[in-house]
Amino acid sequence: MLSRTASALFWTGRYVERADFVSRLIDATMRLAALPSSYGGDVAAWSGALSAAGVADDYAGEHPEIAEQLALQFLSLGAANPSSMRGCVERARNNARAVRTALTVEVWEAINSAWLEMQHFGTRFDSRLTLNKLLDAVKSTALAFDGATHRTMLRDDAYWFIRLGAAIERADNTARLLDVKYHLLLPRDEPVGGSLDYFQWTTILRTVSALTAYRHVYRDSVKPWLVADLLILNRRMPRSLAACAQDTVSYLDQLASLTGRRGPAHRQAVAIAGRFANARIEALFAKGLHEVVQDFMVENNRLGMLIGEQYLF
Amino acid sequence: MEASAFDEMHGDGSATRDAYARVAQWLAETPDDYLQTRRAQAELFFRRIGITFAVYGDAEADERLIPFDIVPRILSRAEWRRLEAGLVQRVQALNAFLRDIYGPREILRAGIVPEELILRNPQFCLPAIGIEPAHGVYTHIAGIDIVRTGHDQFYVLEDNARTPSGVSYMLENREVMLRLLPELFDRHRVAPVDDYPEELLATLRSVAPPRCKDAPTVAVLTPGFHNSAYYEHSFIADKLGVELVEGIDLAVSDDVLYMRTTEGPRRVDVLYRRVDDAFLDPLVFRPESMLGVPGIVAAQAAGNLTIANAIGTGIADDKAVYSYMPEIVRFYSGEAPLIENVPTWRCREPEALSYVLDHLAELVVKEVDGSGGYGMLVGPHASTAERDEFRAKLKATPDKFIAQPTLALSTCPTLADSGIVPRHVDLRPFVLTGAKGTCIVPGGLTRVALKAGSLVVNSSQGGGTKDTWVLDD
Repeated sequence: MLSRTASALFWTGRYVERADFVSRLIDATMRLAALPSSYGGDVAAWSGALSAAGVADDYAGEHPEIAEQLALQFLSLGAANPSSMRGCVERARNNARAVRTALTVEVWEAINSAWLEMQHFGTRFDSRLTLNKLLDAVKSTALAFDGATHRTMLRDDAYWFIRLGAAIERADNTARLLDVKYHLLLPRDEPVGGSLDYFQWTTILRTVSALTAYRHVYRDSVKPWLVADLLILNRRMPRSLAACAQDTVSYLDQLASLTGRRGPAHRQAVAIAGRFANARIEALFAKGLHEVVQDFMVENNRLGMLIGEQYLF
Repeated sequence: MEASAFDEMHGDGSATRDAYARVAQWLAETPDDYLQTRRAQAELFFRRIGITFAVYGDAEADERLIPFDIVPRILSRAEWRRLEAGLVQRVQALNAFLRDIYGPREILRAGIVPEELILRNPQFCLPAIGIEPAHGVYTHIAGIDIVRTGHDQFYVLEDNARTPSGVSYMLENREVMLRLLPELFDRHRVAPVDDYPEELLATLRSVAPPRCKDAPTVAVLTPGFHNSAYYEHSFIADKLGVELVEGIDLAVSDDVLYMRTTEGPRRVDVLYRRVDDAFLDPLVFRPESMLGVPGIVAAQAAGNLTIANAIGTGIADDKAVYSYMPEIVRFYSGEAPLIENVPTWRCREPEALSYVLDHLAELVVKEVDGSGGYGMLVGPHASTAERDEFRAKLKATPDKFIAQPTLALSTCPTLADSGIVPRHVDLRPFVLTGAKGTCIVPGGLTRVALKAGSLVVNSSQGGGTKDTWVLDD
C-alpha cells in the first residue's frame, strides 16, 4: 500500500471519530449548562468543553470571552476551528476522496453523504433545533461509517489503518476529557448521593456515551473513582484508555502479520498498554491522576507520530 | 366548568403567571404549524423509543402510544417546596401506618381508623402480619396523585403505594423535550429529573436485608412483555443496570431467592417487583399464578430478601382508607397534613350513603379498590342510565364505594388540532423512601385529559402526558 494511502485512511478514521466525540461533547455540555445554577449549571461548562475538544486556544483567538452561543457555533460549524464537527467531516471526506479506491462504495457513501448534508447546514446554525439535527446527523455518520467499514471492507491493511486511526483518536479524546475534568474524579471523604457533582460526573459519562454502561458495569451509584476506573482501566468500555491501548496493539499486530514487519510504533503501543495491565485505580490515584492522564496523552501522541514514521506517511 | 377552573398559565384571569411568562411568550411568537410539526415529531420519537403500552381488552391497539403534549406544565420552586414537604410527610405517615397495622395496630386501638375497615378489608394482607420489612419501609416507591383547584389549593386525589407506574414517561418526556424543543431549555433553568435512576438504585440498595454484607444484588421483576407497563419495567432495569427477571428466572431455596444465570444461581437481595401481591407467591396468594415465585414471601420473612414495595401495601391505596389520611398523618407525625385530602363520603356509613344517593349528579363515585380510571362514575358527565346503574351498585354493596365532589381540576394550555386549548391536568410525583429517608425528584408525571371538559386523565381512558418542570425562582 502507498504510504500516502495509509496516511489518508488513518486520518479518515481519526476525523470521523473526532466528529462523533465533539457531537457528544456538545450534547452533554448543553445539558449541563442548561441546569439551574443550584445544580451546577454554569456557562463555565463551555470553557471545559473547548479544552476537552482541544480547541481552547483557537477559540480564544476568535472570541475574547466564553459565551454559550459562540462556543456552540465554534464547536459545531465554526470556520476558524479545524476540529469543528463540520471541519472533521470535511477532512474525513478529503482524506477518503484521496484514497477513494481503497474504500468500498458503502464506506465512501457514508462519508460523502455526511459531507453533502453538512453543506446544508452552512457555517452557522440558525436555531437550537437545527443544531440538534446537526448533532444527530454526525452521530448517524459515525454509526454508518463504522457499520460500513465493518460489514463491507476486506480485513486487510486499509481496514486496519482506519481502525488504528480511530483507536488513537478515541484514546486522545478520552484522555483530553479526563485532563480537563480529572479534579472532579478525585476520591474524597464526603458521603456520596445528592451531591451537586452528580451532574458533573454524568456529563463526563454522557460525553463518552457511558452513562447506562456505567450502571451495567458497576451496578452502583455514580462514584467519581468508579467513573475514573471506567474511563481509564475498564477494558469492557471501548472508550477507556486501556481498551484503546489494547485495540491499538491488536491493530498493529494485524498490520504486522500482513507486512511481516514490526517497528517502533509497535513497541510504543505495547509499552502504553503494558502500563494498564493489572493496574488498579487506587494505584493511579496514588501516582496522581492528572500526571497519569497527561503522561498518557504525551505517549499516545508519540505513538501517533511513530506510526507515521514507521509506515512512512 | 372550564370557565371556573384555575388555569396553570393564567390563574383565575387573563394575566400570565410568572413561571409561565417565557412559555407564554414562546407560544405567542411560534406559528401554529411549527407546534403541530413538533407534536408529530414527538410521536415519531416515542414510537422509535418503543415507549408503548398495551390496553387490556383492546385487541387492535396492541401497542399504543400515550399521547404526549409538547406544552410543559410548570411549577415554581416555591410551589414545589410546599408540595415536596407535604409529600414527604404523607409518605412517611403511610409507611408508619403500614408498619403499625401489620404490627402493634396502635392506630386501631386508639380508634382513629375503624378496626373492621382494616382487618376485614380484602386488601389487608394476612401473610404480611408480623414480618416487618428491612428498615421498616413498606412503600419504597409511591406515586401520589395531586390535583390543583386554585392558586394555593392542592389536594391529594389518591395514594398509589402498591406499584405506581409512569416514571418512565416522566424521564422520556424530558428527553424528548430536550431534543425537540431545545429553544425552550435555552430560556429556562429547569430542574433535572435524570437522577431518578440514581436515587432509585440508592433507595433499593439501602433497604437490603441487614444480614446482606456485600454489595446487594438488585433485580426488577416483571410479569413479562404482555404486561401493559412492560416498556417501563425494561426501561427501569436498564437505567439501574440490573437484571430484568420474570418468575421463571427465579427460585427460592432454603429461604434464599436466586436467579438462574449462565454462571449458576445468583443470590438476589432486593427485588423491585412490578407484579401484584396476588401473583407474587403461589404458596401464599393465588396458587395458580405463574408470574411469581413459590417461597418468595418466606424468603422475606426469613430476613433474606427485601421485596419492594412490600406485600400488603395495597391497603393504603384503598379509597376508604384514603379518607382517613388526614387523621393518619396527624396520628404518626403529630402535625397537620401539609397537603389536604379531597373531602370524601364513605358509602359504608349510612348517612354518607344517603347523601351520595341524593347527590349522584354532582359527585364522583369510585370503587374503593379501583384504579386506572376504571369503574368510576363522574356524576355531572354521566347519563341517567349510568347513574341508575351506580345507584343500584351503591345500594347493593355500599362498602365498595366512596364519593367525592367533582373538583374543577386546574387546566393547562395544551396543543389540540385547533390550536392551544385549556385541558385538565393532575400530577403524579414519585416519592422514594429508603433506609436513609424520603426523597423526590423535582416534578413528576403530569397527566392531561385530552378531551375538552374531561376530568379523567388516566392513560387507559385516553389521557395524555406532559413534561413537568420545576423552575428556579
